[in-house]
Amino acid sequence: MIPIEAVVGLGLLIFTVGLAGVLVRKNLVVMLMSLELLLNGVNIILAGLGRHLKSPRGSIFALFVIIIAVSEAAVGFALVLAYFRHKKSYDTDVLSDLKG
Amino acid sequence: MFVLIPLFPLLGAAVNGLLGIRFFSRRAVGATAVGAVGLSFAAAVAALAGLLRSAEPVLVKTFFTWIPASVVRTAGGKAVPFALDFAFRYDSLAAVMTLVVTGVGLLIHVYSVGYMAHDRSYARFFAYMNLFTFAMLILVLGANLAVMFIGWEGVGLCSYLLIGFWFTKDAAADAGKKAFITNRVGDFGFLLGTGLLLFALGTIDIAGITAAVEGGGLATGTATAAALLLFLGATGKSAQIPLYTWLPDAMEGPTPVSALIHAATMVTAGVYMVARLHALFSFSGTALTVVALTGAITAVYAATMAFVQTDIKRVLAYSTISQIGYMFMGLGVGAYAAGIFHLMTHAFFKSLLFLAAGSVIHALSGEQDMRNMGGLRKRVPRTYLVFLVGALAISGIPGLSGFFSKDEILASAYASGHYLVWGLGLAGAAMTAFYMFRLIFLTFHGEERLAPDAGRHLHESPPVMLVPLQVLAGLAVVGGYVGLPRVLGGGAWFARFLETSTGAHESHLAAGTEVLLMIVSVGASLAAIYAAWTIYVKRRGEPARRLAGKFKTVYRVVSRKYFVDEAYSRIFVGGVIAAGRAADWFDRRVIDGLVDGAAGLARRVSRLTILFDDGVVDGAVNGVGRIHLAASSLLRRLQTGYVYNYALAVVLGAALIITLVITVF
Repeated sequence: MIPIEAVVGLGLLIFTVGLAGVLVRKNLVVMLMSLELLLNGVNIILAGLGRHLKSPRGSIFALFVIIIAVSEAAVGFALVLAYFRHKKSYDTDVLSDLKG
Repeated sequence: MFVLIPLFPLLGAAVNGLLGIRFFSRRAVGATAVGAVGLSFAAAVAALAGLLRSAEPVLVKTFFTWIPASVVRTAGGKAVPFALDFAFRYDSLAAVMTLVVTGVGLLIHVYSVGYMAHDRSYARFFAYMNLFTFAMLILVLGANLAVMFIGWEGVGLCSYLLIGFWFTKDAAADAGKKAFITNRVGDFGFLLGTGLLLFALGTIDIAGITAAVEGGGLATGTATAAALLLFLGATGKSAQIPLYTWLPDAMEGPTPVSALIHAATMVTAGVYMVARLHALFSFSGTALTVVALTGAITAVYAATMAFVQTDIKRVLAYSTISQIGYMFMGLGVGAYAAGIFHLMTHAFFKSLLFLAAGSVIHALSGEQDMRNMGGLRKRVPRTYLVFLVGALAISGIPGLSGFFSKDEILASAYASGHYLVWGLGLAGAAMTAFYMFRLIFLTFHGEERLAPDAGRHLHESPPVMLVPLQVLAGLAVVGGYVGLPRVLGGGAWFARFLETSTGAHESHLAAGTEVLLMIVSVGASLAAIYAAWTIYVKRRGEPARRLAGKFKTVYRVVSRKYFVDEAYSRIFVGGVIAAGRAADWFDRRVIDGLVDGAAGLARRVSRLTILFDDGVVDGAVNGVGRIHLAASSLLRRLQTGYVYNYALAVVLGAALIITLVITVF
C-alpha cells in the first residue's frame, strides 16, 4: 500500500515541475508539454485521493481532466503549428504580436 | 412808361438767343440787338419826360405779390406784417441810371456791330449783351433789395458769360471764373446785409428802409453792420479794395464788354446801391467813413498799378478801379449826387476810352501791348482825337465833363472836413493825369514800334465804330454842364434833380475856397501831364527806365500788382484746399477710422470667440481624447505580448483566488 502522502507529494512535484516549465521555458511546444505535466500532476492527486477515500469520484474526475487535456492539446498544437508556419519560430520572445 | 425800359432788351436777348443763333443773318442779329437797346433808350427818355411832368417824385409799379403777406418777428420781438412785391421804383436816381445804361449801352451796341463783325459767335454775343442790359435795368429799377438782387446776380452772370466769351482761351475762361467767384464773396455780404435789415426792420423795401431809418427805428450798431455788409457787396461788384482783383483780369473779354460792363454800368452798381440806401449809410457815420476811406485808398492804390502796366486795356482797368474809388469817396463824404454825377461822366469818358482803345486794338489786328505801338497819331487820326478828348476829360481839364464831377467830389470832401480823403483824392487826380498821358504818349506819339505783321493791315476803324466814339466824345465834353457848379455860374441842376432821391447836400465852402481848390487840382493835373510829356516824349521814356532800374524791388512789387493775387490765392484758394485736405484727412482717419474700427472690433471679438471655440469647446473634446490616449499609453504597457507574462498573471491570479477562498471560507 503506497502511503497517501507520497501520492500527493508526487502529484505536487509533477505540478510544480509543470508550472515551472510553463513559466520559465520559452519554447511553445515545451510550454504545452509542461501544461500536460500540470494537468497530470493534478490527475495523480485526484486519483490517489479517490482511492484513499474509497470513492470513485476522484478517478472519474481524473478521466474528465484527461479527456479535456486531449482536446486542449489538439487545439493547442494546431494553434502552435499554424503560428509556426507564419513566424518560423517557437520562441515566445519573438512571438509578441499582442504587445500593447 | 418806365416799365417798358427793361422789356425791350429782354425781348432782344430772347429773340437773338433763341432764334438769332440759328436762323438770323448777321445784319438781322445786329439790327435786333441795337433796335432793342434803342427802343429801351427811347422809353427811358419818355419815362424821364413823364417823371418831370408828374407831381410825384417817385413812381412805383407793382407787378405781382412775390411773397404774400405774412408775419416776421423782428429783433425787438415785435411781430411785423411782411409782404414782398415784385415792383419797380422810378425816381430821379433811377432816371439817371436808366439813361446812362441805355444811352451808353446803345452806343456800345452800335460800336459792337463793327467791332465783332468778324466773330463767329455774333448772335451769342448780342444775346448776352442784351441780357446784361436787361439785368442792369432790373437792378436799377428794383423797388426793394430782393428785386435789386435779381439784377445784381443777373449782371454778375452776364459779366461771367461775356468775360469768358472767348472761352476757348484759357485766360478768358479763368478770368470769367475769377470775376464770378470774387463777386460771389461780395454778393454774400449783400445777402447778409439784406437779411440783417429784414431781421431788424421787417422790411427790405427801399422806401420802407428809408422811412424806418429816418423814423429812428434802427439801432446805430445794427445800421453800421447792415451798411458794411451791403458795402462788402458793393466792393465786389464795383472792384474796390479788397475785392478788386477780378477787374484787370476781366480785360480778357471783348473790348465792348469792357466798355459796357467794366467801365460804364455794372461796376458802378455798388455806387448806385450805396446812393439808393443813402439814408442807411448816412445814419451810420462809421459806415460812411469806411466808404470814403475805402474809396480814397482804392483811388490812389489802383492808380499806382496803372503806372507800370504795359497792356493798354489793363491801364484803363486800373483807371476804372481808381475812378470808382472817386465815386465812393464822394458818397462817403455825404455828397451822393456828386458820386452819381461822376458815375455818369465816367460812363461817358471811360467807355469812350475803352472803345477808342478797342479801335486801336482793332487797327493793329489784336495787339494790346503798348510797347509794340507808338506813333499811331498819324495812322489813326480820328481815334487819336477822341482818345485825347477822353484822356483830357478824365484828367479833369477845365471845360470837360470830368473836371466838374471830380472837382465836386474833391470840394465836398474838403468841405466835410475829411482832409485825408481830400489829399488822397488830389494825389489820385494827379496820378490819373500822369498814367493817362503816359498811355497816350506811348501809344500815339514817338516812333513806331509795330510788329511787322500788325503794320501791314493798319487801318482806321469803319464809321460804325467811329460814330459812337464821336458821340461819346461829345458827351464827354458837354456831359458835365448839367452839373455846372454855382461858383462857375451854373445852377448845380444835376444835384438838385437828384435831391428827391438822394437827399439834399449843402456845401459850406466859400466861393473863393472852391475856386482855389479847383486851381490846385487842375494845377496838379497839368503838372502831371507835363511830367508825363517830359519823361515819355522829350526823353523817350529814359527816366522811367532809369527809375525802374534804380528801385528794382519797388518796381517789381508794383508791376506784380503788390502780389495781392498771389496772396489771395495763397490764403483763400490755399485755405480752401487746405480745408479740403483737412476734411479729407478727417474723413479718412476719423470717419473711416470709426467704420474700420467697428469692423476691426467685430473681427477682434470674433477672434476671441474663435479662441473660445478652439480652446474651450474643441479643447474639451480633444481633452477627452487625449486623456484616453494618455491613460491607454500607460495601461498598454501591461500588454507585453510575452506568453510567460500572461501565464504568470494567470498563476498569480489563481493563487490569489485560492487564497481568498481558503481564508474566507
